[in-house]
Amino acid sequence: MPVIAEDANEITLENLWNTPEGQRVLSCMQCGMCAGTCPYGEVMEYPPRRIIGMLKAGELDTVLRSQSLLTCVTCYACMNKCPRGIRLTEVLLPLVKEQTFIQLTDMPAELQKALENTDRYGNPLGESPRKRADWVKTSKVPVRILPADRKPTDVLWFVECYTAYHPRGQDNCRATAKLFHALGVDFAILGHEEKCAGECARLTGETGLFDKLTDYTMKLFGKYKFNRLVTSGAHAYDTFVHQYKPRGLQQDVDHTVTFLASRLDQLKPKLKKKLNYTVTYHDPCALSRHNGLYDQPRKLLQAIPGVKLVEMEHNRANGICCGGGGGGMWLDTYYKAKGYERLSERRVKEAIATGADVLAVACPYEVSRFEDALKTVGGNSKMIVRDVVELLAEALED
Amino acid sequence: MNILVLLKMVPDVVEELEVAGDGKSLDTSFLRTIINERDDHALEQAILLKERHGGKVTVVALDAPDIDDTLFAAMAKGADRAVKITDAPEGMTTQMAAKLCGQVIAGLLPADLILTGVQALDDLDGLSAALVAQQLNFPYIGVVTAVTANGPTATVIKEFAGGVRGEFAVTLPAVLGVQAAEKPPRYVPVAKVRAVMKTNKIETVAAPGEAGAAQIEVRQLAKPVVSSHAEMLEGSPEEAAGKLVELLAQRGLL
Repeated sequence: MPVIAEDANEITLENLWNTPEGQRVLSCMQCGMCAGTCPYGEVMEYPPRRIIGMLKAGELDTVLRSQSLLTCVTCYACMNKCPRGIRLTEVLLPLVKEQTFIQLTDMPAELQKALENTDRYGNPLGESPRKRADWVKTSKVPVRILPADRKPTDVLWFVECYTAYHPRGQDNCRATAKLFHALGVDFAILGHEEKCAGECARLTGETGLFDKLTDYTMKLFGKYKFNRLVTSGAHAYDTFVHQYKPRGLQQDVDHTVTFLASRLDQLKPKLKKKLNYTVTYHDPCALSRHNGLYDQPRKLLQAIPGVKLVEMEHNRANGICCGGGGGGMWLDTYYKAKGYERLSERRVKEAIATGADVLAVACPYEVSRFEDALKTVGGNSKMIVRDVVELLAEALED
Repeated sequence: MNILVLLKMVPDVVEELEVAGDGKSLDTSFLRTIINERDDHALEQAILLKERHGGKVTVVALDAPDIDDTLFAAMAKGADRAVKITDAPEGMTTQMAAKLCGQVIAGLLPADLILTGVQALDDLDGLSAALVAQQLNFPYIGVVTAVTANGPTATVIKEFAGGVRGEFAVTLPAVLGVQAAEKPPRYVPVAKVRAVMKTNKIETVAAPGEAGAAQIEVRQLAKPVVSSHAEMLEGSPEEAAGKLVELLAQRGLL
């Protein structure tokens, strides 16, 4: 049997059985760990275990018609637990999801709008591309915008959509700029030239849109000289590492959390303001399960004077997804209409149960998702949501 | 059935509109254009009819920035043919554009239905479809929200104010001004649009004859002036109603 290179991008449903990944899928013993750990496993008509069974039986069309994969929030939980090491979330599920997407006759309206906006305006919120760096006007420290000042920069900060446009995301921007400035980092942003990195389009099944966005962004990176790419987006970080690197991205990639954690010795003496918070940290799937970044955000939080860190019942590799991945960010209405519990609500109930004052996050989707969920479960007066960078910036001397 | 769809591009209001230096037109330096929303519904209705009854859909549009993307997307959604009208005079009024498009459409006949949006955000006068119908001497129905074809006629639902709907039988060929398709316009995957760009061609037709002279002249274009503020009437519903009546009487409205 010919063995094709194990590049996930080269695998299709047709050549699957001729790849090492296909051989792993064939080794599935139908143990059901994947379906059991899937946050929507109980409502998904065809959870991962059954999808593999149906695929082997040549019954994939039934799975595609069921639209089961619309409930896949690409949280990497199934892939993380598979005893056979099947790369479910990386290979098989995106292939099935792509076909589900192509055959979708009635696309949920919010998802359609988000994808159309991403294609047309470079952001799912449908905001003006020209206003992408408007938040800079509200920053107390200078932020260099590369298209206006093209000289080389050490750090290229890829801000990402929800960070750049959402009012709470802009708090993250101001905090990040303040931290970079305090550390003396030579940094710059892409301003209005930046567009969505595209990971959520890919994980929704809109691979054509993802290709269009990666082509654009790779060309854009080629225009400027920089040594390191740092992004506020957990999904952007994930896609830069796993998708852009194989497409030729040369520079090292950091998420703001890993970047700051690697400079903790320099940062810690500057964190002088005592914050008397009990904090629980939610692991974003794209950083934690997919990239093993569990300790860095916790070390940053513990470096803040006065912060007491407590863990939720499900934490680290067992953390429950916020429900925002794989297009889930724009499927809340769809899930609710089907009577499914919103994962963000399930998660904040666990957070409230810890007795913490602050739910700390590290992905730009989570701030608005959890703040909304706290309102709907009635926990709004008990807990606030803060990005790790917001807490660090708060602890900096003014 | 054979359906022609007339599309046009309008300013995308995602960017704030600015008045140009001449005080009579829009500043186009940052302006992007987008398919008129009602025309997108007309296209969706045409594709729904094609899916139900078979036939061909041809999209027709005046040349404009980004029009090729719109026409390729229309073909990716299911249109069979795209025709772009080039070299039209700039700054045409609705009447001039309708006259020009009507002549091009006459050359693309026979067709059973000609669909276009009932209005566009850059004029709102809702005249295009009616003017094209008059030129072709076809019946016209506007504010359409559903179409069922029955051979030589079609049953058309027209929307009136206050939630009232009327059902009309219309002899084909006819021109319809579409308010909303029966379903929201569909999504077309980017890969499909890119594939269509490689395989399909956009036909071009030079603007024929004379569009005629504009019968209206734009004298000034200005942003609305913020002139007043809202006054909240405090108190119980009875007290507020009393104050409201007093105010209306003071202004001579009662």
